[in-house]
Amino acid sequence: MTSTVDTLGAVSQPNKVDKGSKSAWILSKRYWYWLSFILPAVPLISGYLAIETSNGLWLWFTVAVLYAILPAADYIFGTDDSNPNDALVEKLKAERYYVYIMYIATFVHWASLVGMAYVVSQYDWSWFSILGGAISAGIINGVGLVAGHEMGHKVNDRAQVTCAKLVLACSGYGHFCIEHNKGHHKDVATPEDPASSRFGESIYKFVKREIPGAFRRAWSLESARLNRLGKSEWSKSNEILQSGLITIIAYTLMLAYFGPVMIPFLIIAASYGWWQLTCANYVEHYGLLRLKNENGRYERCQPHHSWNSNHKASNLILLHLQRHSDHHAHPTRPYQVLRDYQDVPSLPSGYPLMFLLAMIPPAWYAVMNSKVIEWAGGDMNKVNIDPDAKQAAFDLYHHPRSVDEAA
Amino acid sequence: MTKYECPDCGYVYDETKGAQHEGYPAGTKWQDLPEDFPCPDCFVREKPDFISLES
Repeated sequence: MTSTVDTLGAVSQPNKVDKGSKSAWILSKRYWYWLSFILPAVPLISGYLAIETSNGLWLWFTVAVLYAILPAADYIFGTDDSNPNDALVEKLKAERYYVYIMYIATFVHWASLVGMAYVVSQYDWSWFSILGGAISAGIINGVGLVAGHEMGHKVNDRAQVTCAKLVLACSGYGHFCIEHNKGHHKDVATPEDPASSRFGESIYKFVKREIPGAFRRAWSLESARLNRLGKSEWSKSNEILQSGLITIIAYTLMLAYFGPVMIPFLIIAASYGWWQLTCANYVEHYGLLRLKNENGRYERCQPHHSWNSNHKASNLILLHLQRHSDHHAHPTRPYQVLRDYQDVPSLPSGYPLMFLLAMIPPAWYAVMNSKVIEWAGGDMNKVNIDPDAKQAAFDLYHHPRSVDEAA
Repeated sequence: MTKYECPDCGYVYDETKGAQHEGYPAGTKWQDLPEDFPCPDCFVREKPDFISLES
């Protein structure tokens, strides 16, 4: 394992120093992170309640958790500006405990998917209840991508990489690790990145660019690696195929044991998992743009190239993914030591509410466009704009503030 | 032999080891790596960013 150098290099914004009184809270998080494997168990609990009460509406419960209960929890519990100090960072980083939490989560994710498949197929439900069960499973698949994301970055830890493949296979998104680590992190906040959304681009337009673009990029990166190794892209060393094979085997077994209802169920559950990732990609870098240096290379990704949310409740469930600036500055830094930054682009709520907002484009634009313009100091040349919206964006909003004082 | 360190994550490229998983076998010289060779750990720094370590 390499250690993460604890400096920001050329990056401008310093992180907040820790406050001594906050260390008790930071240490207590070790138990709060259990939420990351308790949440995936929610469909199992709601499935049990549906059977016990013979009320299929319970199968929708996970949907309510994501879009109503979590946003409310973010509102009630507020933000968390505590950062561990350097000594605590070293201690927390060394503890294997935090990795075991994700191994448990991996197991619970599969149990939850199979459990919901069982509930949906073995009892008599209306199509509406089955739809709720499938979307609930999809939401949890999306949460699984967060664990897969975290473990997939630890490329030197074979066990974590294997677990990442396993948990990503729940929704058949095994190409994520390659696409994300080697593609998204390299191209983030540039027009070339299919996983960075553009100003004026609705999520429904973004998804048509993101899903195929991400897959193509993953495949070409993996092919190039295998070619360097002198292997075929169809060899068993292809990590996209390895994860895909787990998905195919698991889905085939579920189809065989649980019957044809698995066809719509698994398609919806996988698609909704992918949609969760689309939502995350959409909100994480909306409109933000890295500029090019004189030598034609993009400036490094800096803390001001990511949207952040420091809301307590959603950060515990999403393994601090919302502390996104620190994640992009140091992609290998483990979740338990990701830090809050000052003066970085901030979302008004955690991801759960922002995902809902993203799905209503006029509401999203109303909240976010002015923030992007403010971020760019009114200079639309510094914004990643959808080409179709470019003219209108310049006509309406291009009022650069003084000289190069923005950002 | 000179080694090269990623300024972000601390990964060290050692020519005697190469970067096997990424398809650069042991013995691959630094000058033979492509200019866009990314750090095989964090992937956010490339060959021109690496710092040479004297041994």
